[in-house]
Amino acid sequence: MYEKEKRLAKSYINGKVSRRSMLRGMASMGVTAATAGVLVNAAATQALAQNGFDWKKHAGTTVKLLLNQHPYADAMIANIENFKELTGMDVVYDIFPEDVYFDKVTAALSSGSSEYDAFMTGAYMTWTYGPAGWIDDLNEYIGDASKTNPDYNWEDMLEGVRDSCAWNGQPGGALGSDDAKQWCIPWGYEQNNLTYNSRMFKEAGLSIPTNLDELVGTASEAKSKLDGVYGIGVRGSRSWATIHPGFLSAYANFGQKDLNVSDDGKLSAAMNTDVSRSMHEKWVKMIQESGAPDWSTHTWYQAGTDLGAGKSAMIFDADILGYFMNGGDNAEAGNLSFAPFAANPDADAPTPNIWIWSLAMANASKKKDAAWYFMQWASGPEHGLFGATEMDFVNPVRKSVWADAGFRSRLDKSYSGYVDMHDLSAPGAKIHFTAQPLFFDLTTEWAATLQKMVASEVPVDEGLDQLAQSVDRQLKEAGLG
Amino acid sequence: MYQLIQGALERRIMATATVGDPPKRKFKINKKYLPYLLSLPALLTCIGILIPFFTAVAYSLQRYRLSQPWARKYNWGENYLNFMTDPSFWNTLKVSMTYAFVTVGVELLLGLGIALLLQKRTRFNNFVSIMLLMPLMTAPALASLMWKLMTNPGFGVLSYFAELIGIQDMRWASDPSTAMLTVVIVDVWVYTPFIMILLLAGLRSLPRQPFEAAELDGVPRLFVFWKITLPMLTPFLLTATLFRVIESIQQFDIIYAMTQGGPGDTLTVFQVEAYLNFFQSTNVGRSAALLMILWAITYFLSNIFIKNWLRLREKAHGDA
Repeated sequence: MYEKEKRLAKSYINGKVSRRSMLRGMASMGVTAATAGVLVNAAATQALAQNGFDWKKHAGTTVKLLLNQHPYADAMIANIENFKELTGMDVVYDIFPEDVYFDKVTAALSSGSSEYDAFMTGAYMTWTYGPAGWIDDLNEYIGDASKTNPDYNWEDMLEGVRDSCAWNGQPGGALGSDDAKQWCIPWGYEQNNLTYNSRMFKEAGLSIPTNLDELVGTASEAKSKLDGVYGIGVRGSRSWATIHPGFLSAYANFGQKDLNVSDDGKLSAAMNTDVSRSMHEKWVKMIQESGAPDWSTHTWYQAGTDLGAGKSAMIFDADILGYFMNGGDNAEAGNLSFAPFAANPDADAPTPNIWIWSLAMANASKKKDAAWYFMQWASGPEHGLFGATEMDFVNPVRKSVWADAGFRSRLDKSYSGYVDMHDLSAPGAKIHFTAQPLFFDLTTEWAATLQKMVASEVPVDEGLDQLAQSVDRQLKEAGLG
Repeated sequence: MYQLIQGALERRIMATATVGDPPKRKFKINKKYLPYLLSLPALLTCIGILIPFFTAVAYSLQRYRLSQPWARKYNWGENYLNFMTDPSFWNTLKVSMTYAFVTVGVELLLGLGIALLLQKRTRFNNFVSIMLLMPLMTAPALASLMWKLMTNPGFGVLSYFAELIGIQDMRWASDPSTAMLTVVIVDVWVYTPFIMILLLAGLRSLPRQPFEAAELDGVPRLFVFWKITLPMLTPFLLTATLFRVIESIQQFDIIYAMTQGGPGDTLTVFQVEAYLNFFQSTNVGRSAALLMILWAITYFLSNIFIKNWLRLREKAHGDA
């Protein structure tokens, strides 16, 4: 059964037939596109098995993963049988919703438990986990030919994304520096750009904003012209997660930094400059005039679902949030479009701050080599392509996947402007924060200050000065300032 | 082979036969040790409670951030001293106390009022008192999510009612000026039944004679309430207040689920601040110090209530 189909898939992997011919051939044999994807991936896995690398080295070993409930995890689970077949290993996992996920990770890692061998994390979290000694530097695996298969192609990872997961552990140390430790492997990532409702924009005669001033104006216009709709969705909860998406992407585009690093490595607050004040004022005005009425409780979830439900005209947030809201049962599915966004009119290109879902290895794991087998497979080009073309594994972190014609045409077909937005923003996409251990303290306080400004409890000038003062005090207390 | 099996069977039969025999030696406990042995479970429980407590005390005296393990050391009272000059700590103290006293105050008034209304044992009153217990059976975190939807400025049913009565653009938990009010409403909704049921039980257990005598003498109802009901109910009121003050000063789930402590620092009560310090900032020392201060406040308040409760009990016994 499926022998003919398998042969066709193999021919495609070996480059003997084009993707289009392969799909047409599969269709003539009564195979759906989804099944064709699985067969192609099975063939790719077989090809992987023949690259001379000893995939069976850890056969019989079981690795346990800690996963966040996310489409990336879904894509991995959908493809896991191929990994098991390739390696003879078994994979078990626990999945938790995001609300409690990172508490679970902190508890598991800080207890020194060897229960989990690898887990999903964000790059920011590794600024805590790494120096605490809870996770391994993965450079020693990536660079070891006996542990990493020759087709892994580390250089294929987008540079800004790859570097954002590497830090030397020195407060203020540049991400991706020569002495940096690779605390995690990028898996999938999010750029922060504009997702707008093209139906609403057309109805209200709005044009796509190209800088922060225009964004403030367009959001206000959308609110006044569209009945029952607010102009722009951005996050506002009292959390570090309010600062990292649209806000920091715009902030970085003005050339602003969160912290200054002196020559002797001391850190100090950098958010009370004149340019920063002006940017904050515009941002606050935008939320006051056209943001969600309950903005201060908005997380990514509310920002996304409001867009999908047609309650907001656009979001300046994670592109993949717009991607998911453009499908499924959402009221506005099919109406959403994407645009790159550079807040600074003088900037050449957008500089999105990014969130990277990554894979890290628990230091307490007793099966590190086996865990690395899983990690290199899950972050490898074959699984990346499978996830991107057959599942919702966006945004992929590999250049080869972004170059895949099938993937690009799939995005172009249903997600207007997505590919162009990505291509234009990717060169400037990276983590724009200063890596240091107080990241969550300082950004949470920043979010709280922003809330006070929006509620007019404190003027922007005064709020930023107070914030800078508090940041400096905390840095000093922690021996970093 | 046969002999072997037979031998084994005989030994088995002998062993079985000895099962029912009375034991030769009786295990005797020296009476001197009996009290210690009997109090051993309590001692073990105490140790189980004290180990985490003293661990927290030790952490609170350390500079201890999980993200800076190399800098971990005892700094003794420095975490506590830092609080003195930290405006966010004083804000936490103020917010926690305000929240505790406002919620408990409102809940006491409402709980007492409802209990008085339901005092008489009728089928209707019994049914209503069971119905009123429903919110208490809802997990506070779920109640918060429910209220979060009802107070959504866009589509919440309460926002709709607010507009009907002329309150435009009510932002509930999203606005610093109404955030405290919103979480207090949720707390009151969840916990008033607790006070109501406790006071109802108290009211129904009061001796009837003083009330019958007052009724015969034609004493006005308000006078009966102030001079007979309230004084006799005071131990129950104190118990209810004690439980609720301890709980509400340690409130976490309602506030965190609704606002995460915001907007700004409007609702950063002790538990929320300690939670964020530990899980988000991994600042174990500061988090533990905050919780030790919360423990001290709770201990101090509990002491006041218990002392008053004992004084009232003694007075009641003396009067008798």
